[in-house]
Amino acid sequence: MGITISNNPQRQDFPILSRKISDNVSLVYLDSAATSQKPNQVISAMDAYYRNNNANIHRGIHVLAEEATAEYERAREKIANFIGVKNVKQIVFTKNTTESINLVAYSWGRKNLKTSDHIILTEMEHHSNLVPWYILAEELGFQIDFVPFDREGMLDIDQYQRLLENKPKLVAFTHMSNVFGTINPVGEMVKLAHAAGAVALVDGAQSIPHFPVNVSELNIDFLAFSGHKMCGPTGIGVLYGKIELLDSMPPFLGGGDMIKKVRLGSFKPNEVPYKFEAGTPPIAEVIGLGAAVDYLETIGMKNVFRHEQELTAYGFDGLSKIQGVSVIGPAVDKRGGVLSFVMEGVHPHDVSQVLDQDGVAVRAGHHCAMPLHEKLGIPASTRASLYLYNDKSDLDKLFFAVERVKSIFG
Amino acid sequence: MDDLYREIIIERNRSPLYKGTLEPHDITFEDENPLCGDVIRIDLRIDENDKVTEALFSGHGCAISQASADLLVESIIGKGVDEIKALTKADILDLLGIELGAVRLKCALLSLKVLKAGIYGLNEASDSLVEDA
Ligand SMILES: Cc1ncc(COP(=O)(O)O)c(C=O)c1O
Repeated sequence: MGITISNNPQRQDFPILSRKISDNVSLVYLDSAATSQKPNQVISAMDAYYRNNNANIHRGIHVLAEEATAEYERAREKIANFIGVKNVKQIVFTKNTTESINLVAYSWGRKNLKTSDHIILTEMEHHSNLVPWYILAEELGFQIDFVPFDREGMLDIDQYQRLLENKPKLVAFTHMSNVFGTINPVGEMVKLAHAAGAVALVDGAQSIPHFPVNVSELNIDFLAFSGHKMCGPTGIGVLYGKIELLDSMPPFLGGGDMIKKVRLGSFKPNEVPYKFEAGTPPIAEVIGLGAAVDYLETIGMKNVFRHEQELTAYGFDGLSKIQGVSVIGPAVDKRGGVLSFVMEGVHPHDVSQVLDQDGVAVRAGHHCAMPLHEKLGIPASTRASLYLYNDKSDLDKLFFAVERVKSIFG
Repeated sequence: MDDLYREIIIERNRSPLYKGTLEPHDITFEDENPLCGDVIRIDLRIDENDKVTEALFSGHGCAISQASADLLVESIIGKGVDEIKALTKADILDLLGIELGAVRLKCALLSLKVLKAGIYGLNEASDSLVEDA
């Protein structure tokens, strides 16, 4: 399939990319790490569902209910297949990555963690893989150890191994940093975690959308990711879990659909994944995510990754050449399509404001990673992030706009 | 196009006229905007008639937050405490001479929030201090 880094044909699939930001200023969308844009294929699938099939699922014996249920469950199969999972019961629908991690914390964590236990997180986590554990640690009193990152923004694996000597019950870390872009050695880290007797949770919010991930090969125990960062809609996320773990976990939210039987005063939970899908789920969103997976598979995740690697190299090079700009994080061969940078003497908010005037949408702030920025000694950074629909012209406009920031604040 | 970065904002951000700390001071207060890491502290000296005789700000952050702090501090010297209590969002926007979206408004209003929390002797600054009635 042809994604090319000049005149990218994939752009046509994304209607929003042809809108104007103001007279004569086109949109240059470089904020896909926050959320991706949606192709026609996804928008139409959700539209068609509401126009033709809308009904509640898993109940009701009528044509619409059956069609809706079938489409919902077909999406689950597509997603399982997409991440290399055979048993579709291991795919639990949630709201987003954050809810997936909270589900593991509240259900698995509360059952399995005790005062004397250790768990391991890393210094480069998104708040969504920190705060649920902090909340639980306050309740249960276990200790959290952090794997540090080095000056390049790479995890210190030696230190990780030393921390594993504490025999932690859980290791939870991000596959790809949403600030540095660092792609962590997940396979190796999971293997080490297992050797120490720990369960491994991977935050796949930034990896699943951008490169092929096979959870079975990587032997991951829990994987969390969000639909909205992978061309799908907001409001739908996924938790993958190994079946024996999911089976042994108590329910998370109580209500309809998650039960087998309810008596006055007692209930028997349903089987996985339904045990964790209480209430009416976001049906259209699940179907939209199924369409997003189809879309990504048609292009091919290897192609998506290769495209982003080429663009990342171009962007890294171009930004680094601008005097006063420093890109944070590792070399191009160790990172995905995220380019966070700081500009001498200009606050990231001012950078992104000027960029916005040129139609260039980037993110400024701490990107929900305050501890990471604190360690770097900077209050915030500006982040340009890439996806399959970007091409060199977007980055050229970024470089131009960054030069303009310099001329305004210079 | 560059309305937001009027000369005065760029200038006051680059070379603020009222930056520093006062020791001793009668009032000091510091707060931050957790979303962007802007930090502003304001120190005041107040005379027996409840008038501000000296004021300085310190901290760091984006151009909007820094310029608005500098302009605000300048505008309150010689003013009475009651006059300061009456300052609003609109007064800050007048000083800056620009309009701002919801996100940047927080940057612009941080200094007023800090100033009012100090004047009222609060332990913690709250957004309600700078919301228009
Ligand atoms: C690495 C990482 N983890 C978790 C999240 C949280 O995702 P969500 O807000 O969809 O739950 C994000 C995105 O913001 C992320 O980049």
